[in-house]
Amino acid sequence: MSMRSRFYALAAHALEDDRRVALVTAEIGVGELPAHPRHFNVGIREQLMIGVAAGLALEGMRPIAHSYTPFLVERPYEQVKLDLGHQDVGAILVSTGASYDAARSGRTHQAPEDVAILATLPGWTIRVPGHPDELERLFRRALPGDGRVYIRMSEEQNAAVVDGDGLVVLRVGSPLVVAVGPTLSEVLAATSDLEVGVAYTATPRPFPRESLRAAAGGDVVLVEPYLAGTSAADVAAALIDRPHRLLSIGVPLGEFRHYGTPAEHRAAHGLDARGIRSALEAFLRPLPARG
Amino acid sequence: MLGYDDVPALLRRLTGDEKHDRSSLSTLDVLWVLHDRVLGPDDRFFLSKGHGPAAFYAVLAAKGLIPLDALDGFGSFSSMLGYHPDRVLVPAAGIGSGSLGHGLPIAVGAALTGRRVYCLVGDAELDEGSNWEAVQYAGRIALGTLIVAVIDNRSSTYLWPGGVDARFTLEGWSAEICDGRDHDDIERAFTAASCARPHVVVARIEDER
Repeated sequence: MSMRSRFYALAAHALEDDRRVALVTAEIGVGELPAHPRHFNVGIREQLMIGVAAGLALEGMRPIAHSYTPFLVERPYEQVKLDLGHQDVGAILVSTGASYDAARSGRTHQAPEDVAILATLPGWTIRVPGHPDELERLFRRALPGDGRVYIRMSEEQNAAVVDGDGLVVLRVGSPLVVAVGPTLSEVLAATSDLEVGVAYTATPRPFPRESLRAAAGGDVVLVEPYLAGTSAADVAAALIDRPHRLLSIGVPLGEFRHYGTPAEHRAAHGLDARGIRSALEAFLRPLPARG
Repeated sequence: MLGYDDVPALLRRLTGDEKHDRSSLSTLDVLWVLHDRVLGPDDRFFLSKGHGPAAFYAVLAAKGLIPLDALDGFGSFSSMLGYHPDRVLVPAAGIGSGSLGHGLPIAVGAALTGRRVYCLVGDAELDEGSNWEAVQYAGRIALGTLIVAVIDNRSSTYLWPGGVDARFTLEGWSAEICDGRDHDDIERAFTAASCARPHVVVARIEDER
């Protein structure tokens, strides 16, 4: 089962079980989600989608807004900033179509910047589940609160679910390779025979800085399924008193202008096991002597 | 509680401007009538047009919704009253506003809960496309708990040929046009709202410019 179909089942149950819950959509997912008095499909109107979510929250509801990533967090970015953040109300934003999931659809349907731009706004919890079971756990946790939570669903998922919160250390070693969300399977494949540490997180904001300090000896390799270096400042802040190097692997900044498959994009961005391995080997090579 | 005749003094206290009379504040009379005659205790009021909030603050102060002392520090570092209202600092404000085109979509969301919501916008604010997402949706679902006041002082550069109200009625709203300075006429225009569909009051301000 994909994260997306799991979310639709969870949202349908939430509407039934919790009178606070309201669902706000803008056509995306409407065919899969149930008609319900608290499911408001506003048509293809994404600014209104976020404004409506904010108005519902002002009246004590727990709105869930859902759309394709660029139309959920980029097109209505000022609504996300002002209608939710500045009004000091909460919502759960659940995106589908991560980074290059829509490889064939091109740039208009891709937003690998989503986590980076949301991370510029205060008060957001950002979840990047790597597995449908993890999506379910994080969604259920978001429901009872009043906070602002962004859940980034992806077509890519790890072979197995990781239990635990914050930063989960899977293998002790240095450098510490931090796999974010659905990059874990590729990271494990790339590092199985290397003397490196591996840790996992699905929560880039607030970034688990203390756990990273505890787990990382010095150098860190950050493998992110979205814009490379999105959490680099968090790593730098966590290790501020410790000399360290940081390698950020992720989707590079640029207009890519290729279609094809997600697997082709993953490989082109160096986010498959081979690309991660190659970047890691270059990073591990001793620095050339001076002079 | 103070009356309408006390408002000029409150405005002077806010701005320190002796020449500031009522006629220079396009929103004042609609704000006054709303707070004095129209809004019920369970209703919400959202000022979407957050620019020039002096009249709003003066009305809130006259109605005892913010302390009179707050008027003196208008716009200063520790004041609760800025050049655009912040609902976190002024709970009576309902929403924080300033960036145009945000209040009406939020009002739609609040009105969907069954709450009666009044939202004030400016005619130039309606240039922002986000308003029309809200007007279209509210009209087509017949959102009868939503009432919008448009302060029409013809400040939109390209104006609204055929009238602002026509854009709303085309989308299924009821509309009333009133003299934005005539308190009885303003009240009449608001009380014409039915619960069957959203309602717009276009308050014309003719005495500016």
